Amino acid sequence: MFAFTVRRIIQGVFVMLVISFLCFTIQHQIGDPVRDIVGISVSADEREALRDKMGLNDPFFTQYVRFLGKAVQGDVGMSFFFKRPALQVILSKAPATLELVFVSSLIIIFLSVPLGIYCAINPRSILSRIIMGLSIVGVSIPVFLTAIMLIYIFSVELRWLPSFGRGQLVYIGGWGSGLLSLNGLKHLILPSIALSSIMLPLFIRLIRSQMMEVLETDYIKFAWAKGLHKKRIWYVHAFKNTLLPVITVGGVQIGTMIAFTILTETVFQWQGLGFLFIEAVERADTTLLVAYLMVVGIIFVVVNTIVDIIYGLVNPMVRIQGSQ
Amino acid sequence: MQHLLQLEDVVIRFALRFGDLTAVDGVSFALDKGQRLGLVGESGAGKSVTGFSIINLISKPGYIASGRILFEGRDLAHLDEEEMRDIRGNRISMIFQDPMMTLNPVLTIGEQMVETLLAHRKFTEDECRDRALETLRKVHIPSPEKRLSQYPHELSGGMRQRIVIAIALLADPALIIADEPSTALDVTIQAEILDLLLELCESEKTALILITHDLAVVSQVTETIAVMYAGKIVELGSTEAVIHTPMHPYTRGLINALPGSVHSERRLNQIPGMMPSLMTIPPGCSFHPRCEYRMEVCRHQVPDLRYYESFGREVACHLGEGLFGRSS
Repeated sequence: MFAFTVRRIIQGVFVMLVISFLCFTIQHQIGDPVRDIVGISVSADEREALRDKMGLNDPFFTQYVRFLGKAVQGDVGMSFFFKRPALQVILSKAPATLELVFVSSLIIIFLSVPLGIYCAINPRSILSRIIMGLSIVGVSIPVFLTAIMLIYIFSVELRWLPSFGRGQLVYIGGWGSGLLSLNGLKHLILPSIALSSIMLPLFIRLIRSQMMEVLETDYIKFAWAKGLHKKRIWYVHAFKNTLLPVITVGGVQIGTMIAFTILTETVFQWQGLGFLFIEAVERADTTLLVAYLMVVGIIFVVVNTIVDIIYGLVNPMVRIQGSQ
Repeated sequence: MQHLLQLEDVVIRFALRFGDLTAVDGVSFALDKGQRLGLVGESGAGKSVTGFSIINLISKPGYIASGRILFEGRDLAHLDEEEMRDIRGNRISMIFQDPMMTLNPVLTIGEQMVETLLAHRKFTEDECRDRALETLRKVHIPSPEKRLSQYPHELSGGMRQRIVIAIALLADPALIIADEPSTALDVTIQAEILDLLLELCESEKTALILITHDLAVVSQVTETIAVMYAGKIVELGSTEAVIHTPMHPYTRGLINALPGSVHSERRLNQIPGMMPSLMTIPPGCSFHPRCEYRMEVCRHQVPDLRYYESFGREVACHLGEGLFGRSS
């Protein structure tokens, strides 16, 4: 387990190096910091002098190492629009996105598992057919359309739920949470449903097809031949084996979901990372973009590591290899 | 005397989109306590389906269309789900072909053994553990305590098949159905597993149905043999007699096809043609297109399985005893 974790951390560091290199290249090629700092009244000579002083005329690689040295200490530069350190801006918006993704993940996990199992066990029942049909519809409708339809139905027509913003927040340290007040929770409902509208059907279909495959295997047949109760066969023998591929796909998808928040957050005016990202793109705030990419990169790496550890706990064959 | 297991005219069909296919067509045989029967035939002859039908575990869309399966006085074909569940793994156990696929990869050996007992006995976990250890010793597994916490992938194929046999024996069944138990193992392990199975059936007085395509395996382990062809039993009798003096042309063909049975330096004998698929079973005797002794009657009349007292066996062939007048 220890060796496994160490190996994962080394891999993570390597991934972050690649991301930082790409980020730096983008920043290096797009935009000119000197123009952002000085006005039009400054002469070309003075600009050149400032460039030298800031190290912008140094070789590419020297600049990259300098960037990396600062980035390790949490300094990727100032956001040109917010006039604050870019990382600080990102981190102040992160709770909104993380809570949204968290609630969506809960929706996905707690609905896809029972529905997927049900459809696998009763593939011919009418309810399964309805679930499968709806899941196709769910996968096919883009997130922004789902979001707009939800707003139209529940906010405009029924007036049950708020249509934008995070509502009332409770602050714990620097973390502004919408999970702790009724108003905040109400604001979370529509965006998290919209965000899970693509992944939920995908997961139901994934769990169903995996489980149907597992139910055909010899070890399930043997479990029936042993005279076990059907609940034990379905929920222990079959489901544990179904989980393996689902966990793998799930890990990647949670990362993707953070990226999907861009659409959801835009529609719901949700003050999170995705919303910030769109703003940064519109204002050509390259430092902020770099900080966003690095933070999302770290989240991806951490989530995937956690998923791999969970996978190792479920699959005995991985555990053996990890301990060697 | 009442038999332990008696199949009476069992018909098994598969419900397909274009109509039903008959996979097993009127199979009858009986098995007494502690008796060992070999069910022999080519792939698709219906032998595995017959085996699975006894514990009502035919893969969908197969179903028992008619007939009775009497076991300890009850008709297994008409039990409800819970009654059937309590017979599986308890009174009747199964051993599958490929030990690599039979054990659940994510559960320990101990979990897979204990759950079987818990499903049938009011034992505590400790009692189950003791019983599991005792059974593992019976199948000659070294250091059984260690095995309980191991996963299937940590064991070799032969070892896994021993564990499967141990699981089959856990609840002292009256009957074990073994579906090609040695086919997936390499030759030296095959012999060990068959010896073990024979030894255990004799010491525990357990009846055995051995499903195989391998006549050598059957002659090593069983007392009675039933030869199946295209969903029907064509010859049924004591293993020794059937193998030495086969009466049905198909059985004779199978035995002649064994290496070393006639002249070792000659090419191996074979039965011409292929067994018909279930969709194209010919009228009359289903073996007639491949039979070297076929007569006009074979083309349109299905031969009944008849008992020949002087030979002590049942044969389904229009030639009957007549085959003995002819050389092969």
